[in-house]
Amino acid sequence: MTVTQDGAHGAGTEPVDVNDPKLSRFDIVREGARRDDIEIVTYESQFQGTNSKAEKRVVRNIALLFMISGVAAAAFVVFFIVWPWEFELGHTMSDYYTPILGISLGISLFALGIAILAWAKKLLPHEVSIQDRHNKPSSDEDRLITGQTMAYLVDELGVQRRPLLKGAIALGLAPLGVAAAAPLLGGLIENPHKDSEPFMYHTGFDPVPNNGQLVRLTREDGSPVRPEDVSVGGQITVFPGIPEGATNKYADSPTLLVHLRAQDAQDAREATEADKINKGGMWGNYVAYSKICTHAGCPASLYEQQTNRLLCPCHQSQFLITDNARPIFGPASRRLPLLPLEVDDEGFFVAASDYPEVIGPDFWERP
Amino acid sequence: MKRRRLDLAQVPANVGKGVDDRYKVATPLRGLLNKVFPDHWSFLLGEIALFSFVVLLLSGVFLTLFFDPSMKEVTYDGPYTALRGVDMSAAYASSLHISFEVRGGLFMRQMHHWAALLFMASIVIHMARIFFTGAFRKPREANWTIGIILFLLGFFAGFTGYSLPDDGLSGTGLRIASAIMLSIPVIGTWMSAAVFGGEYPGEFIIGRFYIAHVLLIPGGLLALISVHLGLVFAQKHTQWPGPLRTNDNVVGERMFPRYALKQGGFFMAVFGTIALLAGLFQINPIWLFGPYLASAVSSASQPDWYVMFMDGLVRLMPAWQIDFPIGDGYVLPPLFWPAVVGLGALFTLPMLYPTIEARRTKDKGSHHLLQRPRDAPERTGVGAMAFTFFTIATLSGANDVIADKFHISLNAMTWAGRIGLLVLPPLAYYISVRVCLGLQQHDREVLAHGVETGIIRRNPDGRFEEVHQPLGPVDDHGHPIPLDYIGWVVPKKMNRVGALAPAIKGFFFPVETLPEAPVSPAVPSVTGPSAREEITSGR
Repeated sequence: MTVTQDGAHGAGTEPVDVNDPKLSRFDIVREGARRDDIEIVTYESQFQGTNSKAEKRVVRNIALLFMISGVAAAAFVVFFIVWPWEFELGHTMSDYYTPILGISLGISLFALGIAILAWAKKLLPHEVSIQDRHNKPSSDEDRLITGQTMAYLVDELGVQRRPLLKGAIALGLAPLGVAAAAPLLGGLIENPHKDSEPFMYHTGFDPVPNNGQLVRLTREDGSPVRPEDVSVGGQITVFPGIPEGATNKYADSPTLLVHLRAQDAQDAREATEADKINKGGMWGNYVAYSKICTHAGCPASLYEQQTNRLLCPCHQSQFLITDNARPIFGPASRRLPLLPLEVDDEGFFVAASDYPEVIGPDFWERP
Repeated sequence: MKRRRLDLAQVPANVGKGVDDRYKVATPLRGLLNKVFPDHWSFLLGEIALFSFVVLLLSGVFLTLFFDPSMKEVTYDGPYTALRGVDMSAAYASSLHISFEVRGGLFMRQMHHWAALLFMASIVIHMARIFFTGAFRKPREANWTIGIILFLLGFFAGFTGYSLPDDGLSGTGLRIASAIMLSIPVIGTWMSAAVFGGEYPGEFIIGRFYIAHVLLIPGGLLALISVHLGLVFAQKHTQWPGPLRTNDNVVGERMFPRYALKQGGFFMAVFGTIALLAGLFQINPIWLFGPYLASAVSSASQPDWYVMFMDGLVRLMPAWQIDFPIGDGYVLPPLFWPAVVGLGALFTLPMLYPTIEARRTKDKGSHHLLQRPRDAPERTGVGAMAFTFFTIATLSGANDVIADKFHISLNAMTWAGRIGLLVLPPLAYYISVRVCLGLQQHDREVLAHGVETGIIRRNPDGRFEEVHQPLGPVDDHGHPIPLDYIGWVVPKKMNRVGALAPAIKGFFFPVETLPEAPVSPAVPSVTGPSAREEITSGR
């Protein structure tokens, strides 16, 4: 085995016969390193002499750390098993279960870590070794040989010479590739526009699936809402009064019903009457807007009574309720759709129709 | 020499012989045992990510034993009274079960979450180290790209994991993810319908995210981490310039025993830190958020920190909607730009950076020696610019909390973010380039004139001047001969050149007589502590 000797290292390391019985174990290690193109420049104990006081002290400390680790780990196991762990109401012992586990396991692992680190850093000899990087690329000859071998493989297959195969491979493999992807993609694809009433454009307030009956506005528990249930300046979240109307199955339907003060209602009415779509959508001083933000779909749920602004807490889009819920600040670019209100024979709020505009976050084909 | 008696001392040798006869391991194993690693604290940042990943796998397996990835509606009947009788998904109920009724369940959940945060944080810091020292240069461009993909996978692992408990916060996050998909032109609605199995939220998403979170993404992470480490191993680690160090060698210590032992100890310390965090600092208290309802959200809804930059960009985006008046009309919502284009650019531009820099500097050589950030001012400037951008975007992701806590107008926070995002990064570039140049100049000054001693001398003609300690030999007049800069730390204080006596060992009393104080590093002792220090730790 020959070793390349260059300027940086190699000095003072001659090959030795490893079978020489006079060699120490370190000599053999050094010879092994030499064969891996490593020169061990320094390798020396951190202590003076073999039995120094400082070394003993370090050994004692490391031993202590191992003990601490063991004790803490044992404590962890005991606490894990015997400490009351189930949540109980009020201030109980179980409140301390997680902190105790964390402290005992943390101390155990930390002490072990420090012990090992101290062992490596304080006890083991310091070393400086230099290894050749061997970062030269393969030789030109090897490159040539490998390149020619690969070209030869292509030649042997003879695709170039047999154009029929070329076409046949393409025709045979491309569909198979598609076939491999088809089950995954094909299984996942759902047409968002299928059905006569695609879900993108309809909410739970649509009267058609409700046998043509207008859908009531209900609270979360399903109870319908009368006009007098909402105080002046107040607002409540309402849901379509159909089975499961308040669940996530109708995630696009939550609506904010606002009872505006007289002056604000006057402004709001002027704004809605002037609008082609929202015209006639208010009932008295009441107005209802979709709660699903037109920006990213969070519920725009923070209503500021004094300014009649509705704020979405996710990205801070703000909508002015008295002006057709127009976005006035933040990233939302589209107003909240208005739910046209009516009151039925029994005096409960109903939706006069489904939302005339698409609710929720924007998408490409929104009309 | 045939002896029947079992010779215990010979057993290891015989076993080794037997193994080598069959698998031929002795030669490669010698190479492995002997492999030299350069040492510097900054090379351990990536290790933190690796160790956190191991903790993630361990704690994650525990959680799967109790988690039910189902959106089936159940009524809660557990010990947490505030939610008793509430309808919720089985996923949320089982997350509550893990938190309240499983031995060590909450501890494991918090350990998993903390490890995830640490995983992402250490990836970012590690990436900064690689970037600012130029470790991504040829031949390591591929590993840089793999690192960015690892961050991206971690990002998605984090997001899917955040969504699984199906609490109020995670449902809101899903809603936003759905809106982001919807904002993509042409295929948006199709994509969202494919992911959610129809209308949002549907009944499939938790199950689908679960398999992605526990199998697909961790599988990808595991595979790429293996390649990442394999490449570091095969290409050998970079090293700082310094005495004996060249582009063609590696100066450090052999992997075994000291280096490997230090790694093991460091792993335990990282693991211990995560355990302490998990035990003492509450994270994601899902029971306070309640089950996800499409109609409910609280203020201060924030994602995990590594998603906040994206949320911040989304918040800062002005309401610029693009209409295409063709047919019924088509819309490109403003959400598309920060969430899809922004995220895409933030991941692809860094991937291309090594190529861009190599092309700009026309540098085709292989680099195994690191550069100090000051020695590549433009790169440092670009990095400072990127991190300023990231920081402002991240802070903007919490602008409502900042506005609330510091009594600032929310709209003012948004405008500050918008303006800051455009103005501050270039400013950061300018400042950091100037700082780098200044530091370079100071290095050269010390090399030319020596270290400032703080001693003022009055000359016979009445002038005062400071005495400088030359770092190298002096000429006939006692003036220092200027030294070359080799790309490594220049000592700038007298303490660094041996003016400070070594500390005495022992807490209450000295345990050992002092070794001789090292002499000036201009004539370093070959084996003295100061010479070693200079080579190994580079302080």
